[in-house]
Amino acid sequence: MITQAHLGWQSLSPDVESLVLLLKDAGIPTKEQSKIQGPVKVVMIESVFWGKAAAVAADNRVRWCAVWAEHRPPEIDIFAAMAGRNGHLLLHTLVPDQQGELPSQTPFFPAANRPERYLRDMFGVHFFDHPDQRRWMRHQAWQEGQYPLLKTFPLAGTPAEMTPPDCHYPFLAVEGEGVYEIPVGPVHAGIIEPGHFRFQAMGEDILSLEEHLGYVHKGIEKSAEGRDVRGLVRLAGRVSGDSTVAHAWAACQACEAAVGITLPRRALMIRGILAERERIANHLGDIGACCNDVGFTFAQVQCSRLRELWQRQNAAVFGHRLLMDIVVPGGVKGDLDAVQLDFLHAAIEQLRSELREFLPLLYEYPSLQDRLRTTGVLSLKKARSLGVLGFLARASGECWDLRRDAPYVPYGNMVITVPHSLEGDASGRLRIRGDEILVSLDLLEEMLKKLPAGEVAMEFPAVQGDCSGFGCIEGWRGEILAYVHLGEGGRVLRYFPRDPSWLNWPALEVMIEGVIVPDFPLCNKSVNGSYSGHDL
Amino acid sequence: MFSVLGRIFKTGCLTEKLPAHDQVVEQLGSVCRKEISRIFGGSLAIRMVDAGSCNGCELEMHALNNSFYDIERFGIHFVASPRHADLLLVTGPVARHMQAALKGTYDATPDPKLVIAMGDCAADGGEFGVSYASCGAVANVVPVDVVIRGCPPNPLQLLEGILQLLGRSGR
Repeated sequence: MITQAHLGWQSLSPDVESLVLLLKDAGIPTKEQSKIQGPVKVVMIESVFWGKAAAVAADNRVRWCAVWAEHRPPEIDIFAAMAGRNGHLLLHTLVPDQQGELPSQTPFFPAANRPERYLRDMFGVHFFDHPDQRRWMRHQAWQEGQYPLLKTFPLAGTPAEMTPPDCHYPFLAVEGEGVYEIPVGPVHAGIIEPGHFRFQAMGEDILSLEEHLGYVHKGIEKSAEGRDVRGLVRLAGRVSGDSTVAHAWAACQACEAAVGITLPRRALMIRGILAERERIANHLGDIGACCNDVGFTFAQVQCSRLRELWQRQNAAVFGHRLLMDIVVPGGVKGDLDAVQLDFLHAAIEQLRSELREFLPLLYEYPSLQDRLRTTGVLSLKKARSLGVLGFLARASGECWDLRRDAPYVPYGNMVITVPHSLEGDASGRLRIRGDEILVSLDLLEEMLKKLPAGEVAMEFPAVQGDCSGFGCIEGWRGEILAYVHLGEGGRVLRYFPRDPSWLNWPALEVMIEGVIVPDFPLCNKSVNGSYSGHDL
Repeated sequence: MFSVLGRIFKTGCLTEKLPAHDQVVEQLGSVCRKEISRIFGGSLAIRMVDAGSCNGCELEMHALNNSFYDIERFGIHFVASPRHADLLLVTGPVARHMQAALKGTYDATPDPKLVIAMGDCAADGGEFGVSYASCGAVANVVPVDVVIRGCPPNPLQLLEGILQLLGRSGR
């Protein structure tokens, strides 16, 4: 039985400083390193301690966030991000770029499974003790033994005229009388992104689901290399189109930290306004879509109407319906005048009054809730072990929110309410998203009222030498991380964006066990991982 | 039940109270409808294929179905299978991992068929260009009839593009 007392796990996890001490106490030699600027602490460890460090972190309720690498011949830098109570710790180690190997962190953090396989596919780094030796991102566009993110691999690659379909990925099979397999995708029936789902089912019940993603891998990280900062942020805004503000902001934050500039508060406040508007637009759209997946079209019509109005306001005030390219290095494109502020205020009032009537109706409507409740349950325990993020985590009782836990301007002086529930089902996720809209409306109102005077952008300075930075932003889907390394002339040497979908996709496999096949679209939509943000 | 009915009643029919902006939709749509009834016997079935987009284009495609645009009233609807489709609406640069799937979808669509490349990426590779992982423009993989520019194109631009294509194939 889960009670309120089980909540607040993140408040029990160590702060970043204590985590470093814990690593030292466990006999891991650590060396502090300050080359990466931004809201993060970096410690260097020997690669042989990579697994042990994860074991210590896992024993201390630390959340695993990401692993990424950078090729600096003849070595590969490996970074792993972990979150403590008040922010992020980066573990840093080095392995040689030929036959580099290190212990896996997956035995301690299942969340590391796919990201480590991704590194193996892209850099040729071998993680021993990894429980799954199958490839992850590599389909047939490049050969085994070729590693696209090594500096020796050209951007153009050596692709065949026609890349063959990836027909022989070794899916896990279930055997037994009456068991059958349903392959779905990569092209799906609805207006959604491509990916492959392999179901093992018996009757209507799903025994297991295995995801095979990577279909929209378009080489984002590789094509970032050599760009200037402006070009990088434009690309970051297209890592996942639905999170354009959050990804662009995270990339900007990393670049701005790298060169050590502090932005005018007005610029950051407007970024906050954009991010909350993005959150609301996506929550509105997805609440409607979830209801539509169980045939409750009334909600779909209402939500898509509210979303359209919201997007039109975006176009009227900011010049883009999805807010693309408004966040730029050094600030934001365009200021807000008094008339626009009034307009945005009125929009908040309007939406809030509509939702106060509409949301309770959804939360209590019996035939809708009959489908949503107890469907696609993600237990608190599973949510924790997978390190899931955003509303998906909060609906299962995990309440991480960077805006509150490791606040950045403009959230530092604001009271951030983090809605959460314990059900972990589709109904809970829908309710959390509805409640998050109401919280965002309050935040928007506060930001519009407190919008400080000043500039909305500053010149991004010329980059002197080598510098790198780290950014972390709470997007609507959850925590977004970005690492940027700039070289001579401000050219990008390495860009790594970590979309929350990396951690949320595996949760779908877990919650789907025992669910009936017709409820899969609902479960999928209620998680709504980004294919593009994951496949990069 | 009464709360839902009350809400529906209060919302009313949005397509009746068209602001100036939406008159364009109406005009475009009715021209489209004429062309569709002339060429496709009353209905145009679209199969969308995301061949590698960032999902921005998909969001705007969804918007075409909301009450403001409601493209079904012009006889245009999205279908679940290429075998039911008259038109493929393709987004994204074509990721090499999607090249075979896009080609397969194209081959599965019965003739005569039309292809629209939606968005800057579909037009010329956009931000992603051609690389080890991306084939770039949709036209590099399947024949394209019309390109709709924009990042992403808004619903009105989408309707305009569809109309342009219908006008052309009508000739």
